[in-house]
Amino acid sequence: MSDTHTEKAVRSSSGADPGPAPGRKPSAARLDWFQFFYRYGTIVTIVLLILFFGLATDSFLQGQNIINILRSISIVTIIAIGLTISLAVGGFDLSVGSTASLACGVVISMFVWYHQPTAIGVLAAIGACLLVGALNSFLIIRFRIPDMLLTLAVMFVIQGVALTYSRGATISQNMVMPDGSFATGQIPKLFAKFGQVPGIIIIMLVIVLLVHLFLNYTKHGRYMYVIGGNMEAAKLSGIPVNKYRIAAYLLSSLFAAIGGIVLGARILTAEVNSGAPYLMDAVAATFIGFSVFGAGKPNALGTFFGAVLIGILQNGLVMMSVPYYSMDIVKGGVLAFALALTYYRKR
Amino acid sequence: MPATATEPVLLEMKNISIEFPGVKALDDVMFATATGTVHALIGANGAGKSTLMKVLTGAYPHYTGEIFIGGRKADIRSPKDAKDLGIQIVHQEVDTALVSYLTVGENIMLDRMINDSGKRQWVNWPSLHRQAQEVLDRLNVRISPRKRVDELTLAEKQMTLIARAIARDCRFLILDEPTAPLSRSETEELFRVVRDLKSRNVGVIFISHRLPELFEICDEMTVMRDGRFVIREAAANLTQNLLVEHMLGRQLEQQFPKHQATPGEPALVVKDLSDDSGKVRNVSFHVRKGEVVGIAGLVGAGKTELCKALFGYTRASGERILNGKRLKIKSPNDAVRAGLALVPEERRKEGVLVEESVTTNLTTVVLSRLCRFFGTVLDFGRERTISRKMIADLGIKTPNEAALVRNLSGGNQQKVAIGKWLVADAEVYIFDEPTKGVDVGAKRDIFQLIAKLVEQGKSVIYASCELSEIMGITDRVYVMYDGMIVKELETAKTNEEELLFYSTGGK
Repeated sequence: MSDTHTEKAVRSSSGADPGPAPGRKPSAARLDWFQFFYRYGTIVTIVLLILFFGLATDSFLQGQNIINILRSISIVTIIAIGLTISLAVGGFDLSVGSTASLACGVVISMFVWYHQPTAIGVLAAIGACLLVGALNSFLIIRFRIPDMLLTLAVMFVIQGVALTYSRGATISQNMVMPDGSFATGQIPKLFAKFGQVPGIIIIMLVIVLLVHLFLNYTKHGRYMYVIGGNMEAAKLSGIPVNKYRIAAYLLSSLFAAIGGIVLGARILTAEVNSGAPYLMDAVAATFIGFSVFGAGKPNALGTFFGAVLIGILQNGLVMMSVPYYSMDIVKGGVLAFALALTYYRKR
Repeated sequence: MPATATEPVLLEMKNISIEFPGVKALDDVMFATATGTVHALIGANGAGKSTLMKVLTGAYPHYTGEIFIGGRKADIRSPKDAKDLGIQIVHQEVDTALVSYLTVGENIMLDRMINDSGKRQWVNWPSLHRQAQEVLDRLNVRISPRKRVDELTLAEKQMTLIARAIARDCRFLILDEPTAPLSRSETEELFRVVRDLKSRNVGVIFISHRLPELFEICDEMTVMRDGRFVIREAAANLTQNLLVEHMLGRQLEQQFPKHQATPGEPALVVKDLSDDSGKVRNVSFHVRKGEVVGIAGLVGAGKTELCKALFGYTRASGERILNGKRLKIKSPNDAVRAGLALVPEERRKEGVLVEESVTTNLTTVVLSRLCRFFGTVLDFGRERTISRKMIADLGIKTPNEAALVRNLSGGNQQKVAIGKWLVADAEVYIFDEPTKGVDVGAKRDIFQLIAKLVEQGKSVIYASCELSEIMGITDRVYVMYDGMIVKELETAKTNEEELLFYSTGGK
């Protein structure tokens, strides 16, 4: 027999009135401060950072620098948006970085090696990455491998695939081919526009806006959050859970692909593992974004503000002559802080 | 190790009371047994058996009353106190007590490794496996101590736990519902081990709902009801019918609204439903329009598994026919489309989204219908309207419709879990233990709701181990025992004793 008797007692007494849940009672004032900081902490921090860097340096607040910051965060933001969707269904797609590398390699090689027009190059890259998403979702759903572990494995695999595809070399115009000849393809002018201001910033803003609308204003977004919140309950409510999980991983790969394509358009070469460094930044942006406006869950606007915070920090610190190689310490620290906020609240 | 002396050692619990916020779980209970006897502890759900045993094993330190072992006062305030006195327990959920990726030997010796290795830092593998083998030999159980626990069957896992219990000094062994998941032959094997322990002067306290088997194995029986001691008697002086009477006692009359609906034609017909786990076997039943059909049975009888199999949550074979049409249900999604609704037992885990608002919860099932532009774009206004209406209809106590479900009381959470299906307007409503952890007021509201549903011509399947509720709310009852439906009864022509008789395996 289970312990129904005592359970009843404990439950009915703990929740007789719809007051605050037990364990979260300590003095209302403190709670409010914490709530305020949790909700608006990111925004306040961004404002404070802007003030600080604006006063400390001459060039930080110039229009050109603001655009610089937005440009520098656009690729991170696009990749992080994909990650946000995978987190919304309770997953975690760690393979976005290497998927972006793959997209970058495929799109540049389409131009340089195979003389393809922009549309074909972009579609090929997106197609290749959607295969990654399909692989992820298939293995996660069919074999019930925990998301994080499986995408970690796939991250390695795709990193290897991207390297093998480029034969371990940087793909660029006029590169030396293995047979000693030179690559003759040219990168189309139209494609290069994707990586320049304002194209790159517009792409980012449109993606943020669309995904924000998708997650918050459509049935599908609601279902994804429901699945992420309680997969059992979602299933028992009749939501086709697996379809939505597949969709989430495909979307995650799609945005990683777009991130990789934009990256290619920005630097016009496909360097080895060029997408990898974006993974950690994307993770940081997404988790910082959890708390923005008190959402308490992965959300597109939050992710954008998370990326902005990281971008401002990075830009401002460089201006203050903090060496670039110590930047990871700062970014890691900010991520740890954001995680602390999220999980402390959850207790 | 069994005591060397063959003298029986007495265990006495006197005037044990314990309170939890709001409820007196044990009220002046007395319990006594001795080593070398098998003593059954019996009672309906919520009678306080588990609580009493938790006091004895030190899980609840805040009891009042006295415990004597061998005439000496024992102050048991922690699990360690109990173990030091030689009191061991094997819980029903074996998986929570075993470390699945360690070997049988390591699991058996776990307590000793933790408590008795003192300053030694190294594990002596040969000696560990030898000692584990000795314990298993003592039980006459053939499991290799080098096998990993996750490769074992449920029965073998139980044996491993019993072996762990007797690996240290064990004078009293409590078995909490040990036979519930076991097959007949596995039960026989368990009984052999229990008799063996008895002959080694171990006192076994046996908690079970299956009355027939208790007469097979037990010498004495103690019956509890509503947190109180009822009777202690030698098994020879009792019969199953007498036990049932003691378990039920005089019933507190509860207010069940009687619905006015007259059952119409059959709505849902289920034929030969079996699930893959074997917890539901060849179940056939039907429910008519405007009828409440009860699925009665004790904990572990397979009611929850039946509900989930019916709803497509677990894979199952068999036929489901709704209004003459064969249904293809492979997932809950199919079931919902077909017009079924399930209010699951584990409310917080399966029924509601605790981190979401009341509105989000209430509209989850019908979201497509509430959306604009081909059921895609959310219409927050309509969601709010529906939510407010449902909150008013069901009397859900919440500050507003945007409040998080986490902050509601159990009864109100359950109303939300039910409400989301009322919005959906299904044909057949399946309720699995809907009153679990719900206060009296909310209970009555739920019963009224069910009455209203059938008056609208809906069909209701009501699965519960609370037999008084089955008696109060249903028109017809199917009794489940061991994964099968063993009896169909008309509620008006039966009584609780009869239900309990069949629920406990009577024939």
